[in-house]
Amino acid sequence: MKGNDAIGEGAILAGCRHFFGYPITPQSEVTHYLAKRLPEVGGLFMQAESELASINLVFGAACAGARVMTASSGPGISLMQEELSFLAGSELPCVLVNIMRGGPGLGNIGPSQADYFQATKGGGHGDYHIIVLAPNSVQEILDIMKKAFDLSDMYRMPAMVLADGIMGQMMEPVVIDEEKSIEIPPRPWATIGRDYHEDRNEINSLFVILEEMEEVNLRLLHKYEEIRAKETLCEDYMLDDAEVALVAFGTVSRICRAVVDKAREQGIRAGLIRPITLWPFPYDVISRTAKSVQCFLVVEMNMGQMFEDIEIGAKGRAPVYHYGRLGGMVPLAKDILEELKRVSERGGTGR
Amino acid sequence: MHEEIYIAGIGGQGALSMGQLLALAATSENKKVSYVPSYGPEKRGGFANCGVTISDRTISSPIISEPSVLVVMNNLSLKNHEDSVIPGGIIIVNSSMVDLGVKRSDVHVISIQASEEAEHLGDVRVTNSVILGALLELTGVVSVSAVEKSFEQILPKRNLDMIPINYKALEKGAELARVLKKEWSNLS
Repeated sequence: MKGNDAIGEGAILAGCRHFFGYPITPQSEVTHYLAKRLPEVGGLFMQAESELASINLVFGAACAGARVMTASSGPGISLMQEELSFLAGSELPCVLVNIMRGGPGLGNIGPSQADYFQATKGGGHGDYHIIVLAPNSVQEILDIMKKAFDLSDMYRMPAMVLADGIMGQMMEPVVIDEEKSIEIPPRPWATIGRDYHEDRNEINSLFVILEEMEEVNLRLLHKYEEIRAKETLCEDYMLDDAEVALVAFGTVSRICRAVVDKAREQGIRAGLIRPITLWPFPYDVISRTAKSVQCFLVVEMNMGQMFEDIEIGAKGRAPVYHYGRLGGMVPLAKDILEELKRVSERGGTGR
Repeated sequence: MHEEIYIAGIGGQGALSMGQLLALAATSENKKVSYVPSYGPEKRGGFANCGVTISDRTISSPIISEPSVLVVMNNLSLKNHEDSVIPGGIIIVNSSMVDLGVKRSDVHVISIQASEEAEHLGDVRVTNSVILGALLELTGVVSVSAVEKSFEQILPKRNLDMIPINYKALEKGAELARVLKKEWSNLS
């Protein structure tokens, strides 16, 4: 199954029956797949006139209590940022998928991880976070869609699945577990009319009284703290006795796993940390590892974005290096291995 | 068994279909497999490549940078990817489209006039299946029958009547490869 198709099928398996979106390479197969599949399961697929319309339709469907999603690539996700802030402020659950491509601007259709900052640090205005999940195989894409919907529902906030063009376009075998029963939690807050609940429901992100706004902010803060404590996901590989820790997410983490194997064959004790949730970020794992390794090498398809989170986690206890390819280019295993050898013999920190 | 196959050509030559056929056949044989396409934004004439890894063990990186088998279907693809093949690897050339020679002396080279062969069979569109037949004969990476069963899922519905001619093309490719394989000299 193709990664983009797995996004669509994963959403359907998660009980999502509403999709609003607009095609863009390298995401187009998601819209293509759901246009065919959603009507088959009694769902609604709608190709909107733009990404702005798509995310506003998502907002409306979320207000009405639907399990709803949209998908796009960087340029489209940028257009959605204002509404993403409104969704966070209104505490509405929904899932966004960003199949990242080369940028900035229109860039190109090559794979990239350049939207890390936008996804994890908030591209919209205001003090908010969204949950960000980064799968690294087609099977994991399929499974993580349900995770995204469940977390989004549980905490009443948007969740994003962040993947690059390779993840979207690649094909791998998958096992589809259709037995799993779907439990969509009740939504007593949904604005579906007085026929369904006694009290008047209101969904809003405008709080003109400053004290009220601060109360909302504090509620969000406590929610974010709970998520940080409970929902952080991270995978490691050969880390126990590692002298150099590679850190990578998504496609690059797959390449780095091969690099760890090659390095070990040559007697270099390398290990790999793969954050699965990019927000909340597994700072604890980085802090712990910083005590036992000589240095970190962060590998990304960007100029060094997750790099900054590793520096925060390492707290100066171990030097942090970065190796990146840009503009839609993919780092090669042999180049990463060379960089690994270079940094393991050097002190300090740098890119 | 672990093969990293890179197929390079231009849009319309069937590079991606070939990769998908291999990937689907490998899946049906319960092998580990990954398929990663790479193509330009052009409607016509842009590069169209894909990498297929087929293995008995879990595939770490789906990205192929040093293939064990390279298929080239135009001059530029040969120029760009010739150096990436591992020593002892195989380069399959569609010599109907490629007039450049392979410079490497540490790899096996199989040149097939695949487009002409396909035309003789009656349809130039089965060129990729001629090449695929040769690839299967040389590597045994998946069975011919598994590939045959995959056509139904890969071909668009309107072309399902082309399945028999594709079978013939696979057979032709295998036949040519069997002859050429005998001429392989020891590598320097």
